[in-house]
Amino acid sequence: MLNAMTVLLGFQLIGEIITRLAGWPIPGPVIGMALLFLVLVLRRGPGEELSRTSNGLLSHLSLLFVPAGTGIMLHADRLASEWLPLAAALLASTLLTLGVSAVCLHLLVRKGQQRQ
Amino acid sequence: MNQDSVSGLWVYLSARPLLGLTMTLVAYGIAWRIHQRFKSHPLANPVLIAVLLLVTVLTLTHTPYQRYFDGAQFVHFLLGPATVALAIPLYGQLQRLRRLALPLGVTLLIGSAIAIASAWAVGAWLGADEQTLISLAPKSVTTPIAMAVAEALGGLPSLTAALVIATGILGAMTAQGVFHLLRIRDAAAQGFAIGIAAHGIGTARAFQLSPEAGAFSALAMAANGLLTAVLVPWLIPWLKALFAAH
Repeated sequence: MLNAMTVLLGFQLIGEIITRLAGWPIPGPVIGMALLFLVLVLRRGPGEELSRTSNGLLSHLSLLFVPAGTGIMLHADRLASEWLPLAAALLASTLLTLGVSAVCLHLLVRKGQQRQ
Repeated sequence: MNQDSVSGLWVYLSARPLLGLTMTLVAYGIAWRIHQRFKSHPLANPVLIAVLLLVTVLTLTHTPYQRYFDGAQFVHFLLGPATVALAIPLYGQLQRLRRLALPLGVTLLIGSAIAIASAWAVGAWLGADEQTLISLAPKSVTTPIAMAVAEALGGLPSLTAALVIATGILGAMTAQGVFHLLRIRDAAAQGFAIGIAAHGIGTARAFQLSPEAGAFSALAMAANGLLTAVLVPWLIPWLKALFAAH
């Protein structure tokens, strides 16, 4: 677990350094994920320890969003005054994005299979 | 114990990181049990329940969010390595990713643009002000990217953070209903759509559906984060012209 955690933090650190130096508005961990993915492709897969630690970390991914989510209490005033446009925009946009994306990929994949 | 020593103890504990950290884990533990009790029903979203519990406790005890976060930041910090760890399930889908590269790319572009434009259109139509609309536009991507985009364009980054979390919870709660209605049963299509619409919180939900849905959600979340940072600045002048804010 210790080695695997070091690998994950190491890739995050490299990602942070790259986004800082390049001045991109992209978070370091996302760059770190892309780099680790490339390394896994080159090395043909993660070791057993890295797999196990990652699965452990990802099995309760929801927990990690709780502290940031609780920050919603800082916006009570604006949420109270603009709740209707905000709630309607979030709901309509989320439903539309989910539906259109799923149907789009489903149709494109089926079309590709028919051609083969 | 008398009243004074109880309040003295509270003052002591609430000033330490230990309390915020423990409260986060306890609230999530309770939320997780409720989630299980309702057989993982999407409406019993564990993030939503835990956040409601914590906001209630913090409000009732007059504890400022910042003091709570001093402790909760240790959990928050793990988001970084967890995001890096998404590379592992992603690698598991390598063969399918190679085969599906074109459909995935086209879907991502369409889904990402709809996520931005539809939120702006509905918000503007119902009278949100322009600063709110800019804060709303990047709502479908992971918090740090959304905040950076909103800040660069004159939005309110901390409002964006709240809207991002709300979007993630909403996406996690409604995804299965939408797929059921549209009869989409393919795990790749389900996961990819969740990742575009509802970033990490959606991805956490997608992993509950299947490891495959989770991997495609992680891919969509990462790719949509990058694409949104490019698309939002480019789309906003068009959106301003099409849907005037009040």
